[in-house]
Amino acid sequence: MSGWVVTRSTRASRAAMVIGLFAMVVLAAAPWWAGRADLRLMGEIYLYLSLACLWNLMAGYAGLVSVGQQAYVGFGGYMLFALTVFGGFHPVTAIVLGGVLAALVSVPVAALIFRLRGAYFAIGTWVIAEVFRLSFAQIQALGGGSGSSLPVAIVKEIGAKKAAREAMSYWLALGAALIVMLSVYLFLRSRRGLALTAIRDSETAAAGLGIDIWRTKLEVYVVASAFTAVIGGLIFLQKLRISPDAAFSVNDWTAFVIFIVVIGGIGTLEGPIIGTLLFFALREVLADFGTIYLMVLGVVAIVVMLKAPRGVWGLIRDRYDLEFFPLSYRVRNKD
Amino acid sequence: MIEWTGAIVQGILLGGLYALFAAGLSLIFGVMRLVNIAHGDLIILAAYMGLTTTVLLDVHPFLALLIVVPVMAGLGYVLQRGILNRTLGDDILPPLLVTFGLSVIIQNVLLETYTADPRKLAGGAIETASVDLGGITLGVLPLLTFGIAVAVIAVLQFIFYRTSLGRGFRAVSDNQDIAQLMGLNKAHVFGVAMALALAVVAIAGILLGMRTSFDPAIGGGRLIFGFEAVIIGGLGNLWGTLVGGVILGVAQTIGAKIDPGFQILAGHIAFLIVLAIRPNGLFPRVEH
Repeated sequence: MSGWVVTRSTRASRAAMVIGLFAMVVLAAAPWWAGRADLRLMGEIYLYLSLACLWNLMAGYAGLVSVGQQAYVGFGGYMLFALTVFGGFHPVTAIVLGGVLAALVSVPVAALIFRLRGAYFAIGTWVIAEVFRLSFAQIQALGGGSGSSLPVAIVKEIGAKKAAREAMSYWLALGAALIVMLSVYLFLRSRRGLALTAIRDSETAAAGLGIDIWRTKLEVYVVASAFTAVIGGLIFLQKLRISPDAAFSVNDWTAFVIFIVVIGGIGTLEGPIIGTLLFFALREVLADFGTIYLMVLGVVAIVVMLKAPRGVWGLIRDRYDLEFFPLSYRVRNKD
Repeated sequence: MIEWTGAIVQGILLGGLYALFAAGLSLIFGVMRLVNIAHGDLIILAAYMGLTTTVLLDVHPFLALLIVVPVMAGLGYVLQRGILNRTLGDDILPPLLVTFGLSVIIQNVLLETYTADPRKLAGGAIETASVDLGGITLGVLPLLTFGIAVAVIAVLQFIFYRTSLGRGFRAVSDNQDIAQLMGLNKAHVFGVAMALALAVVAIAGILLGMRTSFDPAIGGGRLIFGFEAVIIGGLGNLWGTLVGGVILGVAQTIGAKIDPGFQILAGHIAFLIVLAIRPNGLFPRVEH
């Protein structure tokens, strides 16, 4: 008996950590070695990666399949504009405050839409996103239906020069992605994460073990929504312009994110990373084709869902027994 | 006062259209517990099919139904047996994500084929014809739409409870495995259910196209209206769905009367209020 040990980390996960840390240093230095367009693209990649991680936490772990997270992307974006223009806050403070406000808003929202089960929950979240979009379109001070731009004076608070501003918004995106991934990882490794995994595998059994399912799901919904709003703030800090249709776009902030997670591998931490890289690679190749690109994405997502429901990462993991983020326990013989 | 009565009556008639959006959704969910995210895009697809038929054959949209309804029904059967049947199971994720993918594909195929310009079906004289009912003027087309909605729901209700096909629907709905043991081919039954649902979608699409202009992007909104009508009326109750559609329609026309920008929002708010007070809808089906 004593020859057996239970571990979480593996050689692959330790190697991944070292490589990951090295990659972080290289990426953090990007403003010194990357061109302006590349920097922008990378910033966008980090923000999509964050949205994908958060959606994956909800759909892949908590069983909360939402097609309405654009509600919080847009909310975060609008809070950035409202709090800087009318509240006089620094943009970064405004973005963080936007996250806090989103958490507060998400509690009553959850109380309503958690009454809907399964797929109806999904459409319910979409209704909420539409309510947000139509409501913000009514606020004339924020530009109403046509939207508004971030005033130059506020943009300058991020950095006086254009290069400094771009570097700053790049670091903010990178930092946000790191925080999101680390938080999701630590959350899943914690006692609550274990409860979540139990719910994912069987709600009935989890309830039998004394897990408060409603509460656990609520926590995930609130945390994911708050983070999504922060990412939304960062997205519109990059864009510097907001309108209801752009802020609450179901295609941009939900369809793409779902495709990323499904293709990469839902219910894993590695999946969204692989999915994001594939998504942007595909986009760079097919960008000139516009609508064709979206059709291809849709077809790929359907084929993956039918043929390999655990995505690209699922295939790799089954083949090589790899895990870069050590979440599962392994029993190993010491000798 | 007469203005408000007018708005309410218009809302009731609009509700007929929403009930048509909802009926297919409700039928599919009732038979196979499938929620089709592409439902709204299929309505718009039917409208465009109607457009092509009317332009190519130079016929009235109502005559186009003779082509669009069977084509959509056939498409439904093939879609169900070819793709959707493989997604059904305990996990809700595959059907949701596959129909979501379908929705994006349909939207972009329509965008590629017909461009983003708003289009409309030319209904001719019926579009502007109206009848005067004691001070309230009602359009013939909205009246006809409502009548068709009532007829469609009556037919669906008849099929569901009075025919052997409906018995098959109810059997697989209650227990798929036992229905299979009793000699039903559930894959086929699901295919027929989807065919029937898309036949209703075809009718809804043509009526929508005659009433307002449409473009490839508006499918999501129609799905939401249908869904709201289903939830307001109560899951599994087709007549309830009609009432749900009417409540939604009335909320929207009253909202529009207060402020034109408030129309759609008022409908959503009515839905959320019902969800808060009666989470199972106003007329949930009683389990016998």
